[in-house]
Amino acid sequence: MWALVKEYYHKFGSPKHFYELTGKLLPWFAIPAVLCLVVGSVWGLAFAPADYQQGNSFRIMYIHVPAASLAMSVYVMMAVAGAIGLIWKIKMADMVAKSAAPIGAAFTLLALVTGAIWGKPTWGTWWVWDARLTSMLVMLFLYVGIISLQASFDSAKSAAKSSAVLAIVGLVNLPIIKYSVDWWNTLHQSASFTVSDKPAMPPEMYLPLIVMVFGYYFLFATLLMMITRCEILEREVRSRWVARVLLNRPLKKN
Amino acid sequence: MGEDNQPLSLSRAFFSTLKRELKIANRQRSQLVNPLFFFIMVVSLFPLAVSPEPSILRTIAPGVIWIAALLSTMMAADALFKHDFEDGTLEQLLLSPQPLFLLVIAKVVSHWLTTGLLLTLLSPLLAAMLFMDTNHLSALVLSLLLGTPVLCFVNAIGAALTVGLRKGGILITLITLPLHIPVLIFGTGCVQASVYSQPYQGQLAILGALLVLAIVLAPFAIGASLRISVSG
Repeated sequence: MWALVKEYYHKFGSPKHFYELTGKLLPWFAIPAVLCLVVGSVWGLAFAPADYQQGNSFRIMYIHVPAASLAMSVYVMMAVAGAIGLIWKIKMADMVAKSAAPIGAAFTLLALVTGAIWGKPTWGTWWVWDARLTSMLVMLFLYVGIISLQASFDSAKSAAKSSAVLAIVGLVNLPIIKYSVDWWNTLHQSASFTVSDKPAMPPEMYLPLIVMVFGYYFLFATLLMMITRCEILEREVRSRWVARVLLNRPLKKN
Repeated sequence: MGEDNQPLSLSRAFFSTLKRELKIANRQRSQLVNPLFFFIMVVSLFPLAVSPEPSILRTIAPGVIWIAALLSTMMAADALFKHDFEDGTLEQLLLSPQPLFLLVIAKVVSHWLTTGLLLTLLSPLLAAMLFMDTNHLSALVLSLLLGTPVLCFVNAIGAALTVGLRKGGILITLITLPLHIPVLIFGTGCVQASVYSQPYQGQLAILGALLVLAIVLAPFAIGASLRISVSG
């Protein structure tokens, strides 16, 4: 058991093995992602019953909620990967952390945009300074900071290390930001809507949501692997196996 | 360094670093004054841009003063490690036998003494210009006194991360601004509470807690970032 763990640890640590392994794993994530997303969105958008208060407009929830939940977990994942890269000096962890940042930012932006579109029919405005929206916005700022720091270094190594430090600092700050924004919101509560105390959803409504959440997570894993594989090829372009991969592609069908 | 080749004691290392920083700050008086004028100028833009009406200015005063203080400490942070990085002093700091943790705290403390503290002392003047009631001055000054050091510590992380880059300036703001949000919320919350004649000790306590957290954790991040910047 322990030997197996160690073997996989070393395999994941080496770009070449990571590339090969993810090449095999990729369909196992891509196909469930497509299946879950298609089933979940058709089920949620067409067959789930309409909400008794919000009518059909609530259906954007099936796009919005999984994106919002991913936004947070991708950040945590990125910070953990960055910390692993920083502590054990594993190149692969750096690359994974770097690849995760734009995906996380994209999901955060998706959550914000769908939230705004949802807000228009529900609250009557595109934007309210609600605690959740505000912390999502701050989340986007954190991602933007990390991506721009990442982009401003010439050496990939110091870019990875610096953004890892920033991601960890952000992770420590995240609960404080969340708490302070919640506190600020209760202080300035002026609008009369409540998002938090929704009535419990019936299974016909939340089952498609669960399918969508799984679909989003599979999608994230697929995207992360694809971007990381590109990153590997770019960074390891001088090594012989990359040349072989790039040359063999059109010849060998795999 | 002592003559008997013994490493300096921790407190002597701390105070000699602090003394050096303050001496340098004192010799570059214009650098010392710049953030203060920036602070005053940003605040005086608000009556011009929003309205000179006392009732409006009174309501926005806490937020305006806090944001201006935040921006001016941030502007000053760019130079925090720059000169030391360029002339090699930073490498000596990293190589010194004393823990980096302590030396970093000394640098941030001197940074705070030359920016945050002065801004805090200047804030009653700006509060008067924005027609804030004198009863709320204590809340404003106390919140700035506890909050600006936190800002300085977080700015130092941003400065340390970007010190090796040619284009540091706006990047520091971009990476540290989101991290400043809690301090801003509780700092302005403290003054607002005083304005609504509610107790504001709670907010001060949280600002104090944030300060303790920053003193304990931020130097690690600053030290690690400095090592990355110097070696990379």
